[in-house]
Amino acid sequence: MVPEDLKYTKEHEWVKVEGTKATIGITDHAQSELGDITFIELPEIGSEINVSDSIATVESVKAASDIYAPLAGKVTEVNEALESSPEVVNQSPYDEGWILKVEVSGDSGKENLMDQAAYETYIKENK
Amino acid sequence: MGMIFEVSKQGKRGVTLPGKDVPVSSEVPKGYLRSKEAGLPSVSEPEAVRHFTSLSNKNFNVDSNFYPLGSCTMKYNPKITEKVANFERFSSLHPLAPQLIKGGRLAQGSLEVLYETEKALCEITGMDEFTTQPMAGAHGELTGIMMIAAYHSHKKNKKKYVIIPDSGHGTNPASAAIAGYEVKSIRSNDEGIMDMDEFKKHLSQEVAAVMLTCPNTLGVFNPHIKEISDLAHEHDALMYYDGANLNAILGKARPGDLGFDVVHLNLHKTFATPHGGGGPGSGPVGVKKDLIPFLPVSRVEKRQDGTFSLNYDEPLSVGYVSPFYGNFSVILKAYVYIYLLGKEGLIDASESAVLNANYLKSELKDSYDIPFDKNCLHEFVISALKQSKKGVRALDISKALIDEGIHPPTIYFPLIVKEAMMVEPTETESKATLDWFIGIMKSIARLAEKDPEHFKSLPQKAPVRRPDEVKAAKEMDVAYL
Amino acid sequence: MTYIPLSEKDRKDMLEAIGIKSGKMDDLFKCIPSELRAKSFNIEPGRSELETEKYFRDLSKKNITDLVCFLGGGFYDHYIPAAVDAIVSRPEFYTAYTPYQPEASQGTLQAIYEYQSCICRLTGMDASNASLYDGGTALYEAAMMALRVTGRNKIIMDGGVSPIYRKMLYSYTKNLSIEFVETPPAHGQSDRDEIAKYLDDKTAAIILQNPNFFGAIDDHTDIAEKCHAAGALVIESVYPISLGVLKTPREMNVDIATGEGQSLGIPLSFGGPYLGFMAVKKELIRKMPGRIVGATEDLDGRRSYVLTLQTREQHIRREKATSNICSNEALCALRALVYMCLVGREGFKEIASLCMDKAEYAKQKLEGIKGVEVKRSAPTFNEFIIRLPKDPNVVIGKMIERGITPGFPLGRYYDDLKDYMLIAVTEKRTKREIDVFAAVLEEVLWG
Repeated sequence: MVPEDLKYTKEHEWVKVEGTKATIGITDHAQSELGDITFIELPEIGSEINVSDSIATVESVKAASDIYAPLAGKVTEVNEALESSPEVVNQSPYDEGWILKVEVSGDSGKENLMDQAAYETYIKENK
Repeated sequence: MGMIFEVSKQGKRGVTLPGKDVPVSSEVPKGYLRSKEAGLPSVSEPEAVRHFTSLSNKNFNVDSNFYPLGSCTMKYNPKITEKVANFERFSSLHPLAPQLIKGGRLAQGSLEVLYETEKALCEITGMDEFTTQPMAGAHGELTGIMMIAAYHSHKKNKKKYVIIPDSGHGTNPASAAIAGYEVKSIRSNDEGIMDMDEFKKHLSQEVAAVMLTCPNTLGVFNPHIKEISDLAHEHDALMYYDGANLNAILGKARPGDLGFDVVHLNLHKTFATPHGGGGPGSGPVGVKKDLIPFLPVSRVEKRQDGTFSLNYDEPLSVGYVSPFYGNFSVILKAYVYIYLLGKEGLIDASESAVLNANYLKSELKDSYDIPFDKNCLHEFVISALKQSKKGVRALDISKALIDEGIHPPTIYFPLIVKEAMMVEPTETESKATLDWFIGIMKSIARLAEKDPEHFKSLPQKAPVRRPDEVKAAKEMDVAYL
Repeated sequence: MTYIPLSEKDRKDMLEAIGIKSGKMDDLFKCIPSELRAKSFNIEPGRSELETEKYFRDLSKKNITDLVCFLGGGFYDHYIPAAVDAIVSRPEFYTAYTPYQPEASQGTLQAIYEYQSCICRLTGMDASNASLYDGGTALYEAAMMALRVTGRNKIIMDGGVSPIYRKMLYSYTKNLSIEFVETPPAHGQSDRDEIAKYLDDKTAAIILQNPNFFGAIDDHTDIAEKCHAAGALVIESVYPISLGVLKTPREMNVDIATGEGQSLGIPLSFGGPYLGFMAVKKELIRKMPGRIVGATEDLDGRRSYVLTLQTREQHIRREKATSNICSNEALCALRALVYMCLVGREGFKEIASLCMDKAEYAKQKLEGIKGVEVKRSAPTFNEFIIRLPKDPNVVIGKMIERGITPGFPLGRYYDDLKDYMLIAVTEKRTKREIDVFAAVLEEVLWG
């Protein structure tokens, strides 16, 4: 189940771009590889991010996975509900389990994003 | 089992103290005192002893169980080493004593232990000088990298990176990083050793050191080791030897002869000091001549008259890594072990450890995947990939072993092998034990074929069954308050 | 071989099984190219257990440990109840490995959980780790933690922090870009004005010690308040025995409490193994270095214990770990736990009071000696400094010859304190020993 209306990165993040705003989360594939998520370290609202910066960390019992900024911009919102209920990312990775929202500046990073079909192929090849 | 806090009842006590025999009382103003008492348990001695004895019975341990935990060298710890370490004149000496005028003569025995241990470790590893100060293997790594940094900075070399293969122990990149270096991780090739092309690509004048375990965590001796060290030295990068696996090569090969400049050892592995449920260990560091000036202070020195003293006057030294001279009683136990076994004993230890590992590997080959099936030394890695396709993962096999009274191998390490199980039997196991283990591993493999579901309910015989680690991580109940 | 249970026949059979026909053990090492084989291995031949024991018994006699000890400096001669030794001598504890497999290690895991609980109760903090190497590395780890948490790079070191720990901190951080500033060593309490001079928005933390190296007791509440206002963390190194009576780090609003646990039932043993402890406020748990044990439930709903929050550690996080520590001082932590349980709630207060009263008595006795000045600029716990009318090194040497280690000469670390000596009095010292100490000191000075 890879939604059609999102873009994807090789690090298994999804991005929903709406004008200059982007919402970022991790894919269903990523959450299932990690297993039960126990903690998410969220970025600070207002922080400036550049493409490839480590902006958040998703932890399970035996792994910690960094989330890298797919686009540059400024963090406008974080999903604070995840602080007390990180399992929401397991349950609803594309919807309630979104991680942060960004006010995008510039186009850098966009060239690396995959569409649904490309991401599905990418997952299969890297299994 | 209940906690000690539940045994506690107000008014009980586990030790009596002498009454006050001085005619004065200290008057500390109330503002400096705690407002309520510490709430430590109140228990009698028999209750405390019974509580902790019952706890001890819930542990697997080398005296009771086969413990083939890869990279941990869980060998038997000769009892005489404990006895010697408990000699009152060793155990009650104050570490500041030799720093006092006329205090040196109070500590001659202990200083001699340190001096002789350093000398023996030099010969065993082919290094020129040793310090016994680091208090664990990872602490030795940090000390070693600090010395490497001091060496480069003294030579005005501009260095930024430490090269580490992806099969290395997690402490390697962690130590390099906290000492201020960036880590370049080099992937392993399909023979299980560091990929040479990849290594050459990353090697530059900015590389401070190359950190290797030899044999590596797959038990494989890298035949290109000399070439690697020559290349590193051409770039003025130093060679660092992680001694976790030294038990494989005592008397057969020495890091010093292989071109390594800095070596740390884990006395709690190769030299049979007990692991203590996670420590204390001891991680002495040996160096080649060029790095001697950077060793931590103090240095133990032998005077002309045969007595021993401490030297703190080393201007290029990295300074203090330990408050005193390292984990003295652990060092003492290791020295007793070396003294007891001697040359032939140490060689026999490595030979037998390697024989045991190869024997296990060859007998397990038919039942489990062996990703790098080369001659191993003291340990090897099998994979439960075959079994995991049926739904029985390395973790499940571990739980089945616990039911048989066998401590499981190291699982999911090294990271480069899927469903890894790293097996290190050590030399202190009999053939009968190895055959018994082989039999059990084979029957587990058969059961994984037939009845994979069975494994989900294991272990059945342990005091607990698959504690919920997710709940632990989320709730963070880390103290009873 | 005594420790290798393989018979000649076993070896032969096993070599054959793996395809080594020669029967030579050395052929196991054919994977090591011949030019890389050991160039030498001149280790003496092994000895019998009897010879070994005798050799080491004789060697131990070259140490002299029957002097009456007033030496402290952060490392103290406290009484160790016999049951502490009995428990840690159980091979079920001392020959076990790190408790990575919870089903095979509930004993060690529960003991560590109880240890963490006792450290929290003693310090008043919310969470403790499973141990660090010693008090000095614990302080270093705390400093590194503060840098990570605050994203700042300046550390203020109070002048009362142990000079040994100060040297360790400088050594560890030499290759990092950290700015250390130090307030001058004050024999009394922390110098508030000096601290205020350095405190700014670059400060990651202040490092304090209570009682400080000179024995002085302080209440750091006001310093903590100012540091927090500046966005800095407060680290305090504490002497656990003193917490039987003294104000806790938590009561002073300290963020990270560390210390040397040697006084909790661990022998002096010429410098180690000791026990570094660290306890923090709840919000800092995830930034803490070292192993942590957590309580949980198993499949059958039984209370059980596991290593938790392991994603902080090197075996998972590698170069991004909160520390490189792996082996810690688990058996020493067990010693500390058994000690804290045996001495217990009442005993802890009593030991602390005995230490203070005896130290006070020693002060009064020494004050009576001509030319000896006891510094009384601050209240003290069990350690205090005196000024001698003659070179302390000479005095100490003469007293050692008379069977007393009287204390530590401060000139060893402080040029301007060459006339001073640091004296520690534990519950083990009797009135008579203190009387003799005073008499011998007087004789050495003026006799």
